[in-house]
Amino acid sequence: MGGWAIAVHGGAGVDPNLPPQRQEEAKQLLARCLNLGISSLHSNASAIDVVELVVRELETDPLFNSGRGSALTENGTVEMEASIMDGPKRRCGAVSGLTTVKNPISLARLVMDKSPHSYLAFSGAEDFARLQGVEVVENEYFITPENVGMLKLAKEANTILFDYRIPTNGYDTCGAGVESPMKMNGLPISVYAPETVGCVVVDKEGRCAAATSTGGLMNKMTGRIGDSPLIGAGTYACELCGVSCTGEGEAIIRGTLAREVAAVMEYKGLGLQEAVDFVIKNRLDEGFAGLIAVSNKGEVAYGFNCNGMFRGCATEDGFMEVGIWE
Amino acid sequence: MGWAIALHGGAGDIPLSLTLGSRWPREEALHHCLQIGVEALKAKKPPLDVVELVVRELENIPQFNAGKGSVLTNKGTVEMEASIMDGRTKNCGAVSGLKTVVNAVSLARLVMEKTPHVYLAFHGAEEFAKEQGVETADSSHFITAENVERLKQAKEAHRVQIDYTQPLQNGTKEETSNSNGEVQLGTVGCVAVDSYGNLASATSTGGLVNKRVGRIGDSPIIGAGTYANELCAVSVTGEGEAILRAAVARDVAAMMEFKGVSLEEAASYVIHDCMPKGTAGLVAVSATGEVAMPYNTTGMFRACATEDGYSEVAIWSAS
Repeated sequence: MGGWAIAVHGGAGVDPNLPPQRQEEAKQLLARCLNLGISSLHSNASAIDVVELVVRELETDPLFNSGRGSALTENGTVEMEASIMDGPKRRCGAVSGLTTVKNPISLARLVMDKSPHSYLAFSGAEDFARLQGVEVVENEYFITPENVGMLKLAKEANTILFDYRIPTNGYDTCGAGVESPMKMNGLPISVYAPETVGCVVVDKEGRCAAATSTGGLMNKMTGRIGDSPLIGAGTYACELCGVSCTGEGEAIIRGTLAREVAAVMEYKGLGLQEAVDFVIKNRLDEGFAGLIAVSNKGEVAYGFNCNGMFRGCATEDGFMEVGIWE
Repeated sequence: MGWAIALHGGAGDIPLSLTLGSRWPREEALHHCLQIGVEALKAKKPPLDVVELVVRELENIPQFNAGKGSVLTNKGTVEMEASIMDGRTKNCGAVSGLKTVVNAVSLARLVMEKTPHVYLAFHGAEEFAKEQGVETADSSHFITAENVERLKQAKEAHRVQIDYTQPLQNGTKEETSNSNGEVQLGTVGCVAVDSYGNLASATSTGGLVNKRVGRIGDSPIIGAGTYANELCAVSVTGEGEAILRAAVARDVAAMMEFKGVSLEEAASYVIHDCMPKGTAGLVAVSATGEVAMPYNTTGMFRACATEDGYSEVAIWSAS
């Protein structure tokens, strides 16, 4: 009990045919980010600083769907969003519709710390970014050739894709065959492998924090907002815990997933792992998602109801694990 | 059991000294909207249709802070947002950053029903609105003289106002023409349940006076300003940032589910025990036809009715 704990994720719902090389790359990135967080924690950084630091690292690396390497909108552009929450006073910050901000999570933090608001979006958020002097780049910086290829495929199939698809494979999805595409909001979508990134931390003082960042759905309508910037859905932190979710945005929103873990701990008195399991089991209906969580007691937990989740976790007593599958 | 409906026109520091000239149109409007909702429920319309219908009416009334009559951003423009949720299916839709759409709540419903997404915002939402052929108007339709004045005051006072915030106590009260109890406006919302226990909720707003362009509040955030499931439907109003961090709408439902308390207890607890004073109010109905309308502000424009004949239109407490 007690002590720090950290977890990171690179998305829930993984193609079972993911080439081993990609799996390795992903695990290495997760391990690197964990270690970054761990050395910060060793230097007594606070939870809120650590989650921002780690998510910045994930945004900068093009491997996962956030910052550079973000999924593309139907117009072939990038629109990024992120949110961050500081458990002790439940302060929060969120941004959506970013097109030039190099590190969305840092802008979300500035919204929390330097504005009277909690959520800024689109041109208003971009203006705020310039006022704050954060690093901005051309939209092209975020676009990778791989994602351009994915978008083309998605358009050909006329579906919405979570970003991670291996072009040569069939549309294997978590739990649903090609013949029966999953539905989202009642419309057919053949899916899968979202790669939103996130980090949750509890520091030595027992303070929890959570942060999530993403480029969203491949081929999404311009202006579409998912769960990642929504406090209570993709991200939540309070006195008891810190939670970051990934997966089908629509399912996470309707299930208010991140908040749910905290609510179940608070109102049902469940422990962290029980709460995570309960929420994954009962709150997703037909939706697919995963989440990582830490508690103020220094525990770490994760859960997902689909085929794999890129994740890593570590606790002060030396435990460390990086994984993709069950 | 039986149907029930509740609606609000915003919670806040509504001064008790409000002039009749300010009270009357708003009370009239609440009566009118309640009537529309009641007729629709009696005609067996689904609650989702009912809440959309009622919120459209509220949006069209310039005295409330939604649609026509929305408060202004720091640039003097309107940016409207709304969300809607169907308790039976937990499907939801939300929009933000609308400038020309006459009825934000209807666009939110279209996002829910006609796209694979839940939430569209800003230019993307406006484009979608064009595609869907919804009614649009230019800014002159939405902007009222009162709101231009409100923005001016807020800028002079260098602050962002929840629409109800009274002018600052340190002397500016006398200087502002609005200080003699002129009503500030409020987010609008409606919740309804039919006699089968189907629930729905919808919320719509122009946001905060003098907000930064691009600011999103609680009204379009599922779980914060709006929520509905098989137990209850909730629409919240007040200080957006506070409501967001407390996930107010979801919390009422969570308390009922996890603690087994009644709607009344859950709603009261969330508003009075969990939220700082002066920040929030809500309307809620349960699957069994109960109604709750707690608020921790000076007042809340509200109205409700139930199948057994009870109805109420009020601003402050009975006492």
